[in-house]
Amino acid sequence: MSARAATLAGTRYVFDDLATLLARATPPRSGDVLAGLAARSAQERVAAQMALADTPLAAFLDEPVIPYETDEVTRLILDTHDRAAFAPVAAMTVGELREFLLADGTDAPVLAALAPGLTPEMVAATVKLMRLSELMAVAARCRVVTRFRTTVGLPRRLAVRLQPNHPTDDPRGIAASVLDGLLLGAGDATIGINPASDSPARTAELLHLLDDIRQRLAIPTQSCVLAHVTTTLGLMNQGVPVDLVFQSIAGTEAANAAFGISLATLAEAADAAAALARGTIGDNAMYFETGQGSALSAGAHHGVDQQTLEARAYAVARRFRPLLVNTVVGFIGPEYLASGKEIIRAGLEDHCCGKLLGVPMGCDVCYTNHADADQDDMDALLTLLAAAGVNFVMGVPGADDVMLGYQSTSFHDALAVRELLGLRPAPEFEAWLEGQGILDAARRVRPPEPARLPPPLRRLLA
Amino acid sequence: MKPPATAPSAADPWAGLRAHTPARIGLARSGSAVATKALLAFRADHARARDAVGDELDTEALAGALASLGARFGAPLDQVLTVASAAPDRATYLRRPDLGRRLDAAAAAHLAAHRASYDLVVVIADGLSARAVQAAPALLAGLLPRLGGWRLAPFVVARQARVALGDAVAAALGAGAVAVLIGERPGLTVPVSLGAYVTWLPRIGSTDAERNCLSNIHATGTPPAAAAQRLAALLGLMRQRGLSGVGLKEEGDLIAESKIRSDGIVGSDFLL
Repeated sequence: MSARAATLAGTRYVFDDLATLLARATPPRSGDVLAGLAARSAQERVAAQMALADTPLAAFLDEPVIPYETDEVTRLILDTHDRAAFAPVAAMTVGELREFLLADGTDAPVLAALAPGLTPEMVAATVKLMRLSELMAVAARCRVVTRFRTTVGLPRRLAVRLQPNHPTDDPRGIAASVLDGLLLGAGDATIGINPASDSPARTAELLHLLDDIRQRLAIPTQSCVLAHVTTTLGLMNQGVPVDLVFQSIAGTEAANAAFGISLATLAEAADAAAALARGTIGDNAMYFETGQGSALSAGAHHGVDQQTLEARAYAVARRFRPLLVNTVVGFIGPEYLASGKEIIRAGLEDHCCGKLLGVPMGCDVCYTNHADADQDDMDALLTLLAAAGVNFVMGVPGADDVMLGYQSTSFHDALAVRELLGLRPAPEFEAWLEGQGILDAARRVRPPEPARLPPPLRRLLA
Repeated sequence: MKPPATAPSAADPWAGLRAHTPARIGLARSGSAVATKALLAFRADHARARDAVGDELDTEALAGALASLGARFGAPLDQVLTVASAAPDRATYLRRPDLGRRLDAAAAAHLAAHRASYDLVVVIADGLSARAVQAAPALLAGLLPRLGGWRLAPFVVARQARVALGDAVAAALGAGAVAVLIGERPGLTVPVSLGAYVTWLPRIGSTDAERNCLSNIHATGTPPAAAAQRLAALLGLMRQRGLSGVGLKEEGDLIAESKIRSDGIVGSDFLL
């Protein structure tokens, strides 16, 4: 470990190792304060950013922030690092990579070729130097397209996960919310339920429910019940219809252990999903959720700041070629992201890091009622992410998740931002919406007038 | 002038479906925006939930209710031990989860005086919704008769507490398992939801993967009486298998049945 330093206004600031430097350079957020890692003054933070800007990218390969010997995520990152892809930027510093990413001519093919050569730590470091507009501009240049029954991540498209949760997993209540979402143009990323109960029987019941709805209405989309991966794995072995396999993941081996998983667990689940081969136009069959602060919450952060650890979670994700990766940015609570301002920045950081690493990023634009945030903050983050080309967002009835007890984005919010920025649903799903008479000739969502809908949908509202 | 409404007309096609979910479905809208009434109803509910976060637990009233309930089941359940976490106030509690997981010095001494060999301690904690905890006595009234074979510790009421404070309580009392009944983060529709977390062989540093959770215990979710039944079953399974967490799943004999139940719904006039 080598110390790095910078002098600002006559004071010399020394940072003992890379992890400390990364933490001190991070724009302010409550979780890093909680961990005792944040800069102790505004000037120390800028000094750290200056020292970080001068740090060679190669240093992140030589000095892992968590030891190779004790952490399988570090081993994954270093063992799969693509030296050839890294070559074009191998001689750069962090500050130079920032300029390269923003330069004219750095386009989607360049960034796609570079992705396997970038490590989470390099990307996290660069993002710490960037303003929101830069996080948006760089992310917008990246293209990460994935497929199962819909195509997610195409330019000028914004998909929505329809999230029809219910406090007791009542299938009728869930079906009612699914209908509401479909009629408002949501569901092209996935129709995905967070179950209130983690019992395998209940999970199986919900999987059958979603599969039946999908098949009877011939909806080109994929379903998911967000149970623990071991529950889903067991159900796949019993022939229950599983499209996407879900799991929450984090950026350290110990944090993943606190989730009850390891890379081997995920590999087993990914293999099982691949064997089912239920995708019609692609085989991206995993759905991961992440969020800054999860490692600290599990006491598994190893003295590394939460934004860097979040980027490491994307290295875990990309190993398994997911359809969707969702940073549930404001869900964890104010201990980690205290306010609308902190949530907005974190959401844009996560999206940019994920895209640079080649991960199909979406964002649950959300907050809890004990955070200093409100729906205006969500409007801001949703609009910034949509402008930055986010692959998908959530659609929750009225933005109010009545099971998880937090606020996300509503079906209406997604419609509004699609309209504001001229974004369209995933093409396969859009064609279905048009075929069902849900969209009018101008591709606006029609009011739910039963007479105008085809018989199967009409009967729902009769 | 009345704006052109894109809202469903007088015969609201959503009225029947709303009976099945508290979710905000079928909202009247104008363009992509919801109607003014729905907008303001959302704001009112957010304001209510924000205020609920700040509520303090009335420990005296709760301890009184628990003691009279416990008296029916004999010692030591007629005793209620009231403790606090190391978070001195609500504002600190929200920012410092580490303090909410630790007992304060007085609590550690208080519990040590009651140390014995117990199978289970039930901790009733404010968490993020002090008002939700008012449902705890009703749940326990249904649970205790189902725990005949368990040596129970006195009830512990905990203020400014996180789930993991239960590990510290169990360690201090000498309990082999802990059930924490705790106020969940207040939602917009339900600001008074209780969660139950059970942990086998709890120790300081137990992770979430070692716990099982029953959430959404409230009148419109899982009502306390039904929650008591499920919690008793979960505790029994935990004890029988000698573990809790992701390794403990309710066994799969219901899976075949679940397919039939979902067919009943999708196949009926309800959906198609």
